[in-house]
Amino acid sequence: MLRFLLRRISLVIPTFIGMTLLAFFLIRIVPGDPIETMAGERGIDAARHAALLKEYGLDRPVLVQYGIYIARVLHGDLGKSMITQEPVLREFGTLFPATIELAACAILFALALGIPAGMIAAVRRNSVFDHGVMGVSLTGYSMPIFWWGLLLILLFSVQLGWTPVSGRIAVLYDVPPVTGFLTIDSLLSGEKGAFKSAVMHLILPTIVLGTNPLAIIARMTRSAMLEVLGEDYIRTARAKGLSKVRVVALHAFRNALIPVITVIGLQVGVLFTGAILTETIFSWPGVGKWLIEAINRRDYPVLQGGLLMLGIVVMLVNLLVDVMYGVINPRIRHASSR
Amino acid sequence: MTAETLATLPTAAAAPPGPFREFWGYFRANHGAVGGLVVVVVVLLMAALAPVLAPYPPDLTNNAAFLQPPAWQTGGSWAYPLGTDAIGRDILSRLIYGARLSLLIGIAVVALSIVVGIALGLVAGFARGFTEIAIMRLMDIVLTLPSLLLAIVIVAILGPGLMNAMLAVAVVILPHYVRLTRAAVITETSKDYVTAARANGAGTLRLMFGEVLPNCAAPLIVQASLGVSTAILDAAALGFLGLGAQPPAPEWGTMLADAREFVLRAWWVVTFPGLMILVTVLAFNLLGDGLRDALDPKLKR
Repeated sequence: MLRFLLRRISLVIPTFIGMTLLAFFLIRIVPGDPIETMAGERGIDAARHAALLKEYGLDRPVLVQYGIYIARVLHGDLGKSMITQEPVLREFGTLFPATIELAACAILFALALGIPAGMIAAVRRNSVFDHGVMGVSLTGYSMPIFWWGLLLILLFSVQLGWTPVSGRIAVLYDVPPVTGFLTIDSLLSGEKGAFKSAVMHLILPTIVLGTNPLAIIARMTRSAMLEVLGEDYIRTARAKGLSKVRVVALHAFRNALIPVITVIGLQVGVLFTGAILTETIFSWPGVGKWLIEAINRRDYPVLQGGLLMLGIVVMLVNLLVDVMYGVINPRIRHASSR
Repeated sequence: MTAETLATLPTAAAAPPGPFREFWGYFRANHGAVGGLVVVVVVLLMAALAPVLAPYPPDLTNNAAFLQPPAWQTGGSWAYPLGTDAIGRDILSRLIYGARLSLLIGIAVVALSIVVGIALGLVAGFARGFTEIAIMRLMDIVLTLPSLLLAIVIVAILGPGLMNAMLAVAVVILPHYVRLTRAAVITETSKDYVTAARANGAGTLRLMFGEVLPNCAAPLIVQASLGVSTAILDAAALGFLGLGAQPPAPEWGTMLADAREFVLRAWWVVTFPGLMILVTVLAFNLLGDGLRDALDPKLKR
C-alpha cells in the first residue's frame, strides 16, 4: 500500500514542474516585456524601464528567474495583481469558495439525477425510458452551456420571474463571511430570508454547470450497470430468490460504482471549465469570472497564478481519486506496484 | 485443380461483403448515426451554398428593422423569417454563413491536431525511452489543466481572434490523438506482421506509415469525428467570451456574445445561434458514436 502511494505521489512531481514551467513561460511569450505591458499605452521612459526591470529581477538570466519563481511559488507567493495590488493567492482564496460551492452543488445535482436515471435505463434496457435517457444525455453532452444558461434565464427569470438573473445573494443582505459558502453563512447569520435568497441564486447556475456532468454520469452508470447485470453472480442472486430491487440496488450497483467514481473524479476539470462560462453568464463572483476579467485587463500575474492554482487543484483531486481507487479495488493496487 | 476453377470460386460461394459494404451495413442499422450524418450533410450544403441560400449578405444592415421579431410573431415579416439583430442584420443569413465558419473551425482544428498528434504518437511509440516519457508527460500536463481554461490562456497570450482560437483548441485536443496513436503503435509493433516487415528490411519510416498507421486508423477516425464536435463547441465558447472570432464575423458563439445584452427583450437573437451550435455538435457526436460502433464492433454494446 505504501509503495503504491509513493509511486502515485512521485508521478505528480513532474506534472507539477511542467505546470510551473508552463505558467512561467506563458508570460514571456507575450510580445513586449512585462514592464511595457504594465505601463500600458502611456509608455515609459528608458531609465525608469531599466530600474523596474532590475526591481522585478527581469534583467537576470531566464533560468535564474525561473528558480526564483519556483522558490516563491513553494513559499505560497504567487505575486501581486497588477490592478488591485492584492496578493494573487489571497484573491484566489476569497473567491475560490464561491466556485467550490457552485461546483459542489452542480456535481450533487448531476449525481442525484444521473445515477438513478442510468440505473433505471440499464434495468429497462431498450425501453422508451432507456431511449429517452440516452437521447437527453447525448443532448446534454452536446449542449453549449453558455447558451443553455441564457435560455434558462429567458424562461425562469424573464418569463416566469421565479429566480434572480445574477449574483450570489440579494444586495439587501449583508452576510458576514465565515466559511465563504453563502448557503452556510446565511444560515449562521440568522438573517431572515438570507438563506432562501442564497439558494434561489444558486438554482440556475447549478443546473447549467451540472448539465454536462449529468449527461456523462448517466451514460457511464448505464453502461457500467449493463456490464455488471450480465454477470453470473447476478443470476445466482436472482436464483436464490432475492428480489429484483435488492439485486439491482445492492449487488449490481456496488460493483458498477467503480467506473462511476472514476468518471466523477474526471469531472473536476469539466466543472472548472464550465465554471468559467457559468460564472460569466450569472455574474457569479468566483475564480472563473476573475480569470476572464484578468484577461480583459491584461493582469498577467493573476492569469499565471490562477492557472497554476486551478491546475494544482485538478492534479490533487486526480491523485485523490487514484488513491481511493486503489483502496477500493485491491487489484489495481497490486497491478501497479509490480 | 486448375486456375479456371479457382477463379470461379469466389462467385460460387456467397461473396463476403467488401469492407465498405460491411461498414455501411452496421452504420445504417444505427438510426441516430444516420440522422447525424443527414444533419452534417445539410450543414455542409448550407456552408457550400451560403451565397445562394441566404436572402441577404451576412453584414447587410437595415436601419428600418432593428430587433425585428421572427415572421410568425406580431411585428415580424417574411422579409426576415428569423428576425433581425440589434443593428438590423438578417439572423437567418448570418446563421447560414456561420455554418461556413463553424465547419471550417471544426475541420481545420481536427486536421491540425490529428497530423501533429499522429506524428508525436508515432515518435513516442517507436522511440520509447526518454523521448516517449517527455512527450507523454507533456500531454498529461495538457490533459490535467481544464481544457477551456488552457485554451483561454493561450488566446489571452496570442491575442483574441479566430486563428488563435483555432490554434488554442487544436493544442487542447491534441493529447487524445497522441495517446491513441501511441497506444495503437505499441500494440501493433509487437505483432508478427511488423516483425516480418522488419525482417524484410523495412525502415522505421516505412514501418510507421506503411505498416502500423493503416492499422490504427479506426480509432483515429472515430476520435476525429468526436473531435470536430469538441472543436466547434470550444471555439464557440471562446467566441462567446470575446476571445474567438471577432464581430462582425457571423460565428455562432460570437453572435451569442453580441446578443447577450438583449436577452431580456429579444429572445430570438439568443435562441437561434445556440440552437445551431447544439444541433451541429449533436450531429457530429451521433455520427462519431455510429462510426465507432460500425468500425469497431468490439466496442459495441
